[in-house]
Amino acid sequence: MDIHEYQAKELLTKNNIKILRSILCHSGNEAYNAAINLGSQAVVVKAQVHAGGRGKAGGVKIAKTADDAKSITEQMIGMTLITAQTGKEGKVVRKVLIEEGADIKKEFYLSITIDRKTSNIAFVVSAEGGMEIEEISKNSPEKILTVLINHSYGIKSYHVLKMFLFLNFDKSIFSEFNNLVNLLYSAFLAEDMSMLEINPLILTGNGNLIPLDAKIALDDNAAFRHPYYNDFIDEDEEDPLEIKAKSVGLNYIRLEGNVGCMVNGAGLAMATMDTIKEFGAAPANFLDVGGTADSKRVETAFNILLSDKNVRAIFINIFGGIVKCDMVADGVITAAKNIGLKLPVVIRLEGTNADKASELLENSGLNFIVGNSLADGAQKVSKIVNG
Amino acid sequence: MSILVNKETSVIVQGITGKEGSFHALKCLEYGTKITAGVTPFKGGSLFNNSIPVFNTVEEAKVNVKIDATVIFVPAVFASSSVIEAIESEIPLIVCITEGIPTVDMMNVKAALRGSISIMIGPNCPGIITADECKIGIMPGFIHKKGKIAVLSRSGTLTYEAVNQLTKAGLGETTCIGIGGDPIIGSSFLTFLKMFENDPETKGVVLIGEIGGTQEEEASEYVKNYMKKPVVGFIAGKTAPEGKRMGHAGAIISGGKGTASEKLKIMEKNGIHIAENPSVIAETMIKALK
Repeated sequence: MDIHEYQAKELLTKNNIKILRSILCHSGNEAYNAAINLGSQAVVVKAQVHAGGRGKAGGVKIAKTADDAKSITEQMIGMTLITAQTGKEGKVVRKVLIEEGADIKKEFYLSITIDRKTSNIAFVVSAEGGMEIEEISKNSPEKILTVLINHSYGIKSYHVLKMFLFLNFDKSIFSEFNNLVNLLYSAFLAEDMSMLEINPLILTGNGNLIPLDAKIALDDNAAFRHPYYNDFIDEDEEDPLEIKAKSVGLNYIRLEGNVGCMVNGAGLAMATMDTIKEFGAAPANFLDVGGTADSKRVETAFNILLSDKNVRAIFINIFGGIVKCDMVADGVITAAKNIGLKLPVVIRLEGTNADKASELLENSGLNFIVGNSLADGAQKVSKIVNG
Repeated sequence: MSILVNKETSVIVQGITGKEGSFHALKCLEYGTKITAGVTPFKGGSLFNNSIPVFNTVEEAKVNVKIDATVIFVPAVFASSSVIEAIESEIPLIVCITEGIPTVDMMNVKAALRGSISIMIGPNCPGIITADECKIGIMPGFIHKKGKIAVLSRSGTLTYEAVNQLTKAGLGETTCIGIGGDPIIGSSFLTFLKMFENDPETKGVVLIGEIGGTQEEEASEYVKNYMKKPVVGFIAGKTAPEGKRMGHAGAIISGGKGTASEKLKIMEKNGIHIAENPSVIAETMIKALK
């Protein structure tokens, strides 16, 4: 899960990493007071949304006075920020972080991720701080250094030295850099992060190293040992339908097409979306109903699909492995009757008792069209939505 | 012949008394799998299904029965500990079905696997099956029929889709392995491709990948340089948006990397026969075998 900058900074502070003082604000007046309280010459107003690239999009501004902080905050709150990472619909700003100003001498880039290929933690550093790492990696990959930390024995000072030399720091700050890198590494593991990006990491006029921005993603699977993850969820940042689906235990992702999809299994769900596209229509969503697919679950899934007003037809694709197809068909029929489903439904069931299932569906008196294979079903549903 | 498991394989079930563990242990027994023991802490001394001894630890089980493989149905909170328990007991094959293991825990497991004698399949996977001989996992057994094609996949139901087609087309299967949908898994495609290339019964391999990571690319390098048998490939997720986890924790396009089109391009270049959609997997294999 993605979290806000202010939450990321809470985690850094919790793990003894020094950062600039900042205060979260929801209004111009709060920002005014925050600027006075921070008492620095200038403050920075930073929009809090789950997306990078805020600076370029006007989501980070310097305020020279408390009055400035107030007026900038008033402009920022409520605006829709469109950055390279938000998509064209953008994200509405609901809160800002007021942070004390800093004397920036130079900016660097540092991130920690998990290297899937080697199953180790990877540090990525660059002296081109403040720029997007994807861009640097594309245009001048020689300006990026990746250091893998073998998880069997963890980080060693030699790893830190490699980064330090690459970044061309003055040797007077080695112990400070070493300390920071080790703290970040420990925080990454302790909080079960899947990504930690400090961009920029700044070197101040006084020779201090400070993480100026922090972007963190947490590993959802580790939520059981971090109760605070739950408090970090910001429902304003997520699609309301996705939240609703999650709360009933369904895995749903909204897309832009008009064919609602209900599939068991994530891989098959993706493959179903792809096949619909191949036949000239577009999937409205990804939805994995899971292994059981009984009438209750199917009904919940129908309700989610129907909440998306773009949906004009539904394609159900179930591979009955352990569950029998006639039972799934029964569940689908019951659910469709319960909610008074009007939309055309193409349904493809494969596995034990698939024939019996087809019969049940065709004799149900409901608007079901049976698909004989994934491709056949996808073709039929595409025909319906394309007229 | 087949790889890793056959009708002689002696299997234990870690988490045999749990809801999932007991349900699937029975299904495996029905299929003919030789289950010799179960492991559940504090249930040692009891019998599962009136016949299979249950032990408190893997170590205890190993003293009493021969163990070639273990299958793990332990909840995510304890699963990595169960895997490491199996590694330390030197179980040759470890199949972990559990979904939702934290990535950091899996990094610890991978560290434990280095230098060990164990091969791990999963987590978050359907398991491994050698048709008509041994099923270690949660896949529906009846769709499998002894034949000549191997299946490797990051997915569950999508694998069944492929297997079902292969069976109906009369090709049948040797061994099918779901390697798991997490970002960090015990073994990648590469490990098993090598085994299938050396298995005389396997005449072709179906490789079902999805978005995220680079293991399809690495597998395709191996196919190009070392494999004589045809490989048919499919990648799920052409329509997946960037930055979203598509059900599987490992199925995510990040920073423009791990897209289906990128993978398909490299796979095709390296001589893998691409199935354009999952309905034509068997058909593509028949053509590739000619």
